[in-house]
This record gives sequence, structure tokens and C-alpha cells, in this order.
Amino acid sequence: MLELIDVRKTFNPGTINAKRALCGVDLKLNEGDFVTIIGGNGAGKSTTLNAIAGAWPIDSGEIKIDGANVAHLPEYKRAKYLGRVFQDPMTGTAATMEIQENMAIAARRGAPRTLRWGISAKEKKQFREQLATLELGLEDRMTAKVGLLSGGQRQALTLLMATLKKPKILLLDEHTAALDPKTAAKVLELSDKLIAENHLTAMMVTHNMKDAIAHGNRLIMMHEGRIIFDVSGEEKQKLTVDALIEKFSQTSGEEFANDRTLLSK
Amino acid sequence: MFINYLSSLPGAVAQGIIWGIMAIGVYITFKILDIADLTVDGSICTGASVCAVMLTSGQPVWLALIAAFIVGMLTGLMTGIFHTFMGIPAILAGILTQLMLWSINLKIMGTSQIALDVSKNNLLVTNRVAFLGRTVLILTIFAIALIALLYWFFGTEYGSSVRATGANLGMSRAQGINTNITKIFGLVLSNGIVALSGALLAQYQGSSNNNMGKGAIVIGLAAVIIGDALFGWLAKNNFALKLLAVVFGGIVYYIVYSTVIYIGLDADLLKLLSALLVALFLAVPYWKNKYFSSHADAAKRKKSGKEGKENA
Repeated sequence: MLELIDVRKTFNPGTINAKRALCGVDLKLNEGDFVTIIGGNGAGKSTTLNAIAGAWPIDSGEIKIDGANVAHLPEYKRAKYLGRVFQDPMTGTAATMEIQENMAIAARRGAPRTLRWGISAKEKKQFREQLATLELGLEDRMTAKVGLLSGGQRQALTLLMATLKKPKILLLDEHTAALDPKTAAKVLELSDKLIAENHLTAMMVTHNMKDAIAHGNRLIMMHEGRIIFDVSGEEKQKLTVDALIEKFSQTSGEEFANDRTLLSK
Repeated sequence: MFINYLSSLPGAVAQGIIWGIMAIGVYITFKILDIADLTVDGSICTGASVCAVMLTSGQPVWLALIAAFIVGMLTGLMTGIFHTFMGIPAILAGILTQLMLWSINLKIMGTSQIALDVSKNNLLVTNRVAFLGRTVLILTIFAIALIALLYWFFGTEYGSSVRATGANLGMSRAQGINTNITKIFGLVLSNGIVALSGALLAQYQGSSNNNMGKGAIVIGLAAVIIGDALFGWLAKNNFALKLLAVVFGGIVYYIVYSTVIYIGLDADLLKLLSALLVALFLAVPYWKNKYFSSHADAAKRKKSGKEGKENA
């Protein structure tokens, strides 16, 4: 499945703004793993996901998907393996294009784009059924521009798009952080459902420790560009927020003094 | 005098359609790819130069048009390579190509101006009054055929990926679109169309001139903006109608042009007025956002809310 071997990345190297974002990340995912990733600001959570997606080249290390090193592939080539949902609901969809057009583009992820018509009648029918499962009424607005949708609707659509063509790995980068609590819960529920239904391997970055414990079968804590804690299975099920905070100060030797994380207990 | 004005109108329509075709090229980069491509000031003249040279050397007009289209595409390719593989900002990349083309166009023509004459050269369109009806008809067919082709292309899988590139670059890459190639493709297509309009313009006005492209981008943008403002509401979300609106924008521009000249305005001032008009219309969406949007309201609320908290 996915394997990260000693992945390193420094932003703005050699300048006063140099930031060592990833300091040797090692991680091996098993088929069907649903990993939640927590850590303070600047711990390297989103950076890890961006490294996998290829937003920029890493400095050293290997990123293997199904045994093949993809670390040197450009972002658009890695897209064939990855479904992605971002923190900002505006990021994952094209606002000036129709809902069905966005879906048609996502349905061709990893496939050659030819001079065939961009969306088939069969697809329209299929998209309609899939949109109906979101229960947001979007199936009746398939020709509406995505820019007219709310943040939660766009995020739900982005999730659906990320799984239209089954990805090897689904990358969720704080995808509920910009939503109000009620919508966030709904989108999380949808994520769980899509991951379970499609038997996806997924990584979810979150600031919310409760969510990190409640979702997935494995939990990773990052600090200063490294993975400092990795639990799965039964041990993970038994975790509590307090135990996590305790674990953090033990392994990092620091107080878990991040307001945002503490607030979202 | 008024008769003179009326008799100038068919010419204004013909010229408007030619610039409308040019504006369709601008629409592809400016509206679809979200790039302001200044290559067009050069590539319109490149199209005219190639066409003029081929016609004066006795080549058939259809071949001259095809050649103009292909060479125009090459100018777009140049800008595309500057912008994507060399990482030069789009506006600067266009300016660089435009400057290169100033020399290249001179070399193509071998002189700074080539005259074309409907009685000597086999022209498709001309501003000679006797042929104006035919000219307008041919240009109309040209514009409609072009719109039909583009409507088809931008509906295809690849055309959709070009549109997505302009709409959301990050999303496009995440969906596996090679956005460098789609950007280059858009620039190539756009400048091919612009050069084609240049080839038509050279025939229409009876000459290709090394300075004829100056400010072309502004006229193209004006046509896009006027078309959108006057006819955009009719087009709704139909892409073909939006392109048609652009052509009508070009026609309106040239009818207004003829009118202000008839009224007696100094023709030297037209470029000044065109640029001011475009600047004004480009400012409208910005002002709308700044002063009338919910974001602005939210910012105000946030500010007062903060003060409230501090007081408490």
C-alpha cells in the first residue's frame, strides 16, 4: 500500500525563514487502514499529506504506492492513486463549472482525456443517484454552478468526487475544520460511510482529538516533523483525550499547549 | 452627411465581426484560462503578415488563412512555454512574445507594410462597398462556424479540462490534469484564432501593417466586456451564446466607433477612450466585492464584535 521512508522537507532552505517541516517521516499503511493524524500547528500533518500528493518535491526519502516510488512524479500523475479533500471548501471544486461537470472531471481522474463528449447520459444518471445519497438535494441541481453551494455542500461534493474513481488512498486534510460543528459532523459521517462502503485506505488530518479517537482504526501523533506516537486496533479504541495529552507530554517532553487542540477536546 | 454615416454601418458591422472573432480568442485566455495574454497585439499582426505575404505571392486565400492560423498557434506556443516551463508570469510572457513578434513580423513581410488589392489579389473579404454584402455574409458564416467548433471542443473531455484549469488550478492537478499542457493548449488555440482574425483584417482593410496590432488586446477585451454587459443576460449559461455575445460586442464597439467619428470626435482619442472604458468595466467587479459584498459586511461586523469583547 503506502509507504513513507525517511521523508524530509525543509521550506525556504538557507534563508532566515527556513522551516524544517518534515524531519524523517517513516510510515507504512496497510490496505484498508483509516489513519487519523493529530498534532499541534506546524507539526507536519498537512505537510505529510502534501508530500504524498506531490504539491512540491521532497528533499529526500521515498514515497511508495504499491511498491513503486512515486516521489519524483508530478502532482497530476500521482492524482491517479489519490483522492483528496482540502480544508478550504473552495479548493476541491471548480466554482464556475456545473456540479455534474465537476463530477465528470473527477470521474476521469487517472484516465486520458480525449475528444469524446465530456459527460455521457449514462454518467448523468449515475451521478444523480450518487448525489441523492448525500441527501442534500443536489441531485436536482446538477446543472447549477458549484459556486452557488454552501461550504458544507461543496465539501460533501468534493468527498464524493474524490471517491467516484476509487482511489488507492484518500487524503483528508482537515476537511471539516472550516465548517460549522453541525455540518462538520455530517461531513465526517459521510467520510466514514464512503470509506467503509468503498473499502478505502484513508488518512485524515484533524485538530479535534475526539474525532481522531472516534474515527479510523489507527491514530498517529506528529510533533516537529516527526511521528511521535502511532497506535492502532484495540489500544486505539481505548484512548481518551486525557491519555493523548499525557502521551504527548511524555514523548515530546513538552506541554501540549496548543489552544486550538485543547479547545476542541 | 447622415447618409455617409448610414453607409458606413455595413463596414462597421464587418469590422466588428472580424474583431469579434479576435475577441473570441481573447475570451479563451481571459475568461476561460484566467490569463491576460498580451501576445495578441503581436499575433494579430503575425496572422495579417503571413496572409499578406502568401496572397501577394499568388497562393490561394484558403491556404493563406490556414497558414496564418498555424503560425498564430506557434506564437501562442511560445508564450505558453515562457509561462509554464520557464515560470515567467503570464503577462510578462505575453509581452516578451509580443516584442519578439515585432521583429518576426517585419521579417515575414520583409517590409513594414504590404498592400492588398481586391482587383489584384484573390481576397475573401474586403471593405470595397461593392463587395460589402458578400463580405458580411462570409464573416458571419466564419464566426458561426468558429463558435460551433469551440462549443463542441469545450464540451469534450479535454476541453472541460482546459476550462477546469482556468476555474481552479489546484483542483485540476488533484484530478490528474496536466495544467501546464492545458494552459499551453489554450494559449495556442487563442492565438491561432487571433491570427486568423488578423488575416481577415488584412484582407478587409487592404493591407498588413507592422503597427496594426497596437492595443488589440484592449479592443478584444472591450468586445468581451461590452458583449457580456449587453447580451450576457440573454446567454445565461449557454457557452455558444456567450461567444456570440462576444461577437456582438465587437460589432457594437465598431458601430459606436463609427458614430463617435460621425459626431466629430477626434479619432486620435479613440484608443484613450477604449482603454478608459475597459479599465472602468474591469473595476466594476472589484468595487462590487469591496463595497457591496457580504464579506465587507462581515468584516465590519467582526470589527465591531471584537471591540465589544474587549469592553466586556
